[in-house]
Amino acid sequence: MTTGTLLVIGAAVVTVLLKAAGPLVLGSHPLPEAARRVLRLLAPALLAALVVTQTFGGDRHLVIDARAAGVAAAVVCILLRAPLLGTVIVAAVVTAALRASGL
Amino acid sequence: MGANRDNYLEGARTAIPVGVAVAVFGASFGVLARAAGISGPLAVFMSATTFAGSAQFAALAVLAHGGGLVTALVAVALLNARYVPIGASVAGALHPHPLRRLFEAQLVIDESWAIGTRGGTPRRRVLLGAGAVIYVAFVGGTIAGVVGGGMIGDPARLGLDAAFPALFLALLWPQLDSGMARLAALLGAAISLALVPFTPAGVPIVAAAVACAIGLRR
Repeated sequence: MTTGTLLVIGAAVVTVLLKAAGPLVLGSHPLPEAARRVLRLLAPALLAALVVTQTFGGDRHLVIDARAAGVAAAVVCILLRAPLLGTVIVAAVVTAALRASGL
Repeated sequence: MGANRDNYLEGARTAIPVGVAVAVFGASFGVLARAAGISGPLAVFMSATTFAGSAQFAALAVLAHGGGLVTALVAVALLNARYVPIGASVAGALHPHPLRRLFEAQLVIDESWAIGTRGGTPRRRVLLGAGAVIYVAFVGGTIAGVVGGGMIGDPARLGLDAAFPALFLALLWPQLDSGMARLAALLGAAISLALVPFTPAGVPIVAAAVACAIGLRR
């Protein structure tokens, strides 16, 4: 099996179990408030990490290239409340245009 | 419209505007999966079984940057860890039979949970009606993205590597609704940037999870 196939199967198993954990295991015992606070902060911390590593990450070093301009354009789109797909397309187009112009 | 009534149709109707956005999200996954080397049918299968958009994108991102299978799966687990408390909060409302609970729990995602718990008490049918609409929208959107994406051509030259961070940013933005969330995001970003020069791809993302420990402080 390819890595892609293993990833898809593994992600499905992990996610199905996490979604089922609350209703099946924890049922009547609510999580402590501190645990809930910590878990709620996981998504913002990880998404922020994804944003910066995908924008500035090179091969074991940080770079500022056409992607940064694309993401900056995405910030403008988000502030203007543009739809998700539009935001993503603008980021890609700005990046591709900068690259095509040799930057 | 009784806010205390519990029926599938009310949930489904309420979820339609969200469903449109989710379909677009699914379509972007269908397009970008190709850029990360995941085939069309596999991308659709992933949306149908994992059904958690941000984790799916994260898995692709880690893999596309040579981060390895285990790191990608750890990122999926961390991004979906929120479903433990979310699931626990509606546990009492779901069907009592364990197998049905298992299936119903798969439809409890951020958006359906928000719709199904409006007013405080979880309403099972509203939750499941909303979840079903969002599921169909997400899987249908992925199919559309896979089909449409096939016509786009070479994804590498189209700036799609910037599409990923743009998408994560758009997902992150509405979550920055508290000081704690903003601090966690800032710390997570700083930790991952600091690690990029020293660790294999994917590790900086997983390590950023440490930032959520600030939730232990009041």
